[in-house]
Amino acid sequence: MDPLRTLWETFFDWESMREALPEMITVGLPNTLILAVTAALLGSALGIVLAVAGISRTRWLRWPARVYTDVFRGLPAAATILLIGVGLAPLGMQVWGPNPYPLGILALSLIASAYIGEIFRSGIQSVEATQLEAARALGFSWGEAMRRVIIPQGIRRILPAWVNQLIALIKDSSLVYFLGLLASQRELFRIGQDYAANTGNQSALLLAGLFYLALTVPLTHVVNWIDGRLRHGRPATGPADDDPDDLDLALPGAAGGNQR
Amino acid sequence: MSDSVSLSLRDVHLAFGRHQVLRGVDLDVARGATACVIGPSGSGKSTLLRTVNRLLEPDRGDVLLDGRSVLRDDPDALRQRVGMVFQQFNLFPHMSVLRNITLALRRIRKLGEDEAAAAAREHLDRVGLAAKADARPAHLSGGQQQRVAIARALAMQPQVMLFDEATSALDPELVKGVLALMADLSAQGMTMVVVTHEMGFAREVADTVAFMDAGVVLEAGPPAAIFEAAQHPRLRRFLSQVL
Repeated sequence: MDPLRTLWETFFDWESMREALPEMITVGLPNTLILAVTAALLGSALGIVLAVAGISRTRWLRWPARVYTDVFRGLPAAATILLIGVGLAPLGMQVWGPNPYPLGILALSLIASAYIGEIFRSGIQSVEATQLEAARALGFSWGEAMRRVIIPQGIRRILPAWVNQLIALIKDSSLVYFLGLLASQRELFRIGQDYAANTGNQSALLLAGLFYLALTVPLTHVVNWIDGRLRHGRPATGPADDDPDDLDLALPGAAGGNQR
Repeated sequence: MSDSVSLSLRDVHLAFGRHQVLRGVDLDVARGATACVIGPSGSGKSTLLRTVNRLLEPDRGDVLLDGRSVLRDDPDALRQRVGMVFQQFNLFPHMSVLRNITLALRRIRKLGEDEAAAAAREHLDRVGLAAKADARPAHLSGGQQQRVAIARALAMQPQVMLFDEATSALDPELVKGVLALMADLSAQGMTMVVVTHEMGFAREVADTVAFMDAGVVLEAGPPAAIFEAAQHPRLRRFLSQVL
């Protein structure tokens, strides 16, 4: 048999794909989005806390943030998901019953927060120290100065890196299949894998891959667009206007200042 | 500026690690007076200014407003009484000019939105930039940015104003407008401490000129005494280099 033809049929069997398609759309896609978006929100909220703790002057905030980040960035995502999903299952059982789905979201959030925390931290630290000084000089407390002046500037600078992390999260969400989900909870990858296992044909898995690309490739371009805009897109400042008013304010006898 | 206060520094010491930056500074600025602090780079002028509003805490010595020590006050409350203008303007680049001014008015002075905007426009008008309220700082010239920074500080109704080389980062042709604004403020009776390299300004506007070198005030007095009859050899050498 022609090996090329075998290859083609293994991955591009339209019939297998058409069979998997409805479940991909009605079950897999929503679940992947729920997992990724919820984990992105929780992970970003926790990430901000980690970032602020990480630059705190208090050792008792800095250290736990450091250790947390090292652990959750250092472990393979699959290991973290299994550890959380299996390890906390008895606890989850008491809170929401025998359902691994929330634990999957929790594990994804914890992993994402470690990366996002580092991204936020670098963004916050990239804001000039003089901005904090100016805000403090106006009478803002450290926390208010961070919240109103430093963090909004820092976040802008790391938007591309943050979106990259969301892409990683969409892909990592496939790993919650380890936890044994109900049929209605399966995300894209699991559905593709189930069809592949049942039919012995990999086309459904390829279809799942196409869904992932449909989600991640546009996001990649959003990153590039944001990045380009932050770099070049601001309306050109041009030469700052010369401001004749500067001279109108001069008072008789007041303006010395030529001996510089 | 009827509610200006007098300012006194008493034997202020400050070290960064083992480096003694301030080694016993005394300075008196009468209510409504302007003191100019001159001296070579690294003499501790900017550091001294930051001990007044406690952006830096002195290791030893005292800072008094109207004769009362402020070192045990809440630093944030103190800073509302002391306005500060920086060499690099330090406007918040992600906000419009107007919001640069209203932010602290709303969050710290707790003014309502309309009230804060009205106060901000009034101060922008005072520095001649009412038309730039909606611009971003990056679209303003350095001189305009510095005048916005001055308006931002004044809008908080401070009792003392600190200027840290406010014109050093400006193109020469933009310096005059900012200096004129500062002179105007001085004439209106604001208590001011001005760290500057503008000897012409110090000569004409200051009530007191203090010469700092290596962390101490070596000589202080009225401008005429400093510029025409300097006693200390180091001051004379400094003046011969800058004038």
